[in-house]
Amino acid sequence: MTLFEALDFALAAIVLGLAARTISARRVFGAVVAYVAYGLLLAIIWVRLYAPDVALTEAAIGSGVTGVLLISASTRLGPLAAPDAPPGAALKAGAAALSALVAGILATAVLYLPDPAPSLAPEADAHLAETGLGNAVTAVLIAYRSFDTMLEKVVLVLAVAGVWSVAPDRFWGGAPAPLGPAAPDTALVFLARILAPIGAVIGVQMFWVGADEPGGAFQGGAILAAMWMIVMMARLTEPPRISSGWLRLALIAGPGVFLLAGLAGPVMAGSFFAFPPGFAKPVILFIEAFMVLSIAVSLPLLVAGPPNREAGR
Amino acid sequence: MSPSTIAGLTAAILVGLGLYALIVNADPLKKLLAFNLLGSGVFLVFGIIARRGAVGAFPFDPIPQAMVITGIVVAFAASALAVALMLSLAKESGRITLDPEGETRPDNGAENA
Amino acid sequence: MSVVLDLFTVLAVGLGVFFFLAGTVALLRFPDSLSRLHGLTKADNLGLGLVVLGLIPRASSPLAALKLIVLWALVQLGSATVAQMIGSALRRREEIE
Repeated sequence: MTLFEALDFALAAIVLGLAARTISARRVFGAVVAYVAYGLLLAIIWVRLYAPDVALTEAAIGSGVTGVLLISASTRLGPLAAPDAPPGAALKAGAAALSALVAGILATAVLYLPDPAPSLAPEADAHLAETGLGNAVTAVLIAYRSFDTMLEKVVLVLAVAGVWSVAPDRFWGGAPAPLGPAAPDTALVFLARILAPIGAVIGVQMFWVGADEPGGAFQGGAILAAMWMIVMMARLTEPPRISSGWLRLALIAGPGVFLLAGLAGPVMAGSFFAFPPGFAKPVILFIEAFMVLSIAVSLPLLVAGPPNREAGR
Repeated sequence: MSPSTIAGLTAAILVGLGLYALIVNADPLKKLLAFNLLGSGVFLVFGIIARRGAVGAFPFDPIPQAMVITGIVVAFAASALAVALMLSLAKESGRITLDPEGETRPDNGAENA
Repeated sequence: MSVVLDLFTVLAVGLGVFFFLAGTVALLRFPDSLSRLHGLTKADNLGLGLVVLGLIPRASSPLAALKLIVLWALVQLGSATVAQMIGSALRRREEIE
């Protein structure tokens, strides 16, 4: 067994162990901690699969921001978890059988995948030069399948609207609860003051560099979102009122600019969502900049949750 | 065994674990964690297909990877919406349980700290 | 020269991994939370520093080496803050009990 094979087996074993810990932990907080560690190790598996963009996204959003969301949920909701009746043996046996069946089918499918594998990599690479990008994944996201990515931004806006709409009517227009305690630890304030500017620079760099190297709008936007979240957790700033104009503008700027660029396609380049030849990269970066803004604004709003105070306060 | 096969079998087991926990755990937060586990297992299957799409000089197939990136963001959005719904449920009934026979009392014991 | 650099990398990274192991042993074996926190943060920071030091000769460019050092500095910042916060939370819990 080669060294790398041993590494892959070890990674798989740790990841499976952490997954088992996640589902079997008594308290929700312990399960969430295990899940965050699981996400980070999964990111290493992504690197082993030659997917650095996905590894960045998994570490930032899949494990990082989701971890913040789940920890805040577990502190708000943990004390209220009703001690439901433990599942009966029949349900457990049935669920175990079903899960084993599904896992078995998936494992068989994985082992009997067609060889040589069909791939769109040559086609993706053939037109990469026209987009002016060096990173094939960014090209797929913004150029080849731009419609999908625009709709995904719309999904984020819909999720924010859904989270807001959960609040009672009298709270509409107010601000969500603060993200941090009333008297935050001075160490946290120190971290927020020092890290936020550095993180902002790193986030913008990651978005900018994503045109040619691993990175991109989602990863950079997630880092910017994390910086805003840590500033809110240190109580250096408060979550904004959901009725504020700049907030709503920033939320829809991403999908809005994307849609406008798509609608301008027939005028500039001949068809819906086409980019003008020779001018593609500036247009792509322009769209991506607004995408970063929207992501950086919507992720913290999703974590902050529905408004829970009246608009006047 | 190639990294793809090992990761693929890991993904299958993760999907199984996530599905089991989703069905068996009664606590909605734990169901949400299990749902995320299930999702990440499915994304890993996409990942091995992307890796196996390596042809010639290209180390991977970028289309499945782009779909996974989209999927991770959408899974987070769905988790946030689920948490908001749980918060609303807690506010309405004072406890979070998916059991329709469970006691519900319209009190405000769910005011968050 | 490259043999010396490779040896340096192996030694530094190996020593760093040993310190990580020591930190994990501290996490598992020390009697109470504060001492576990102390052992873990000290050992992990030193371990990461040694790993980064060992990887610097293998960096593809001086800029990449600088990024490795910035990485180490950021992890130091984050883990120092988290250690402080966990410590004060433990202290608060002691005072309550």
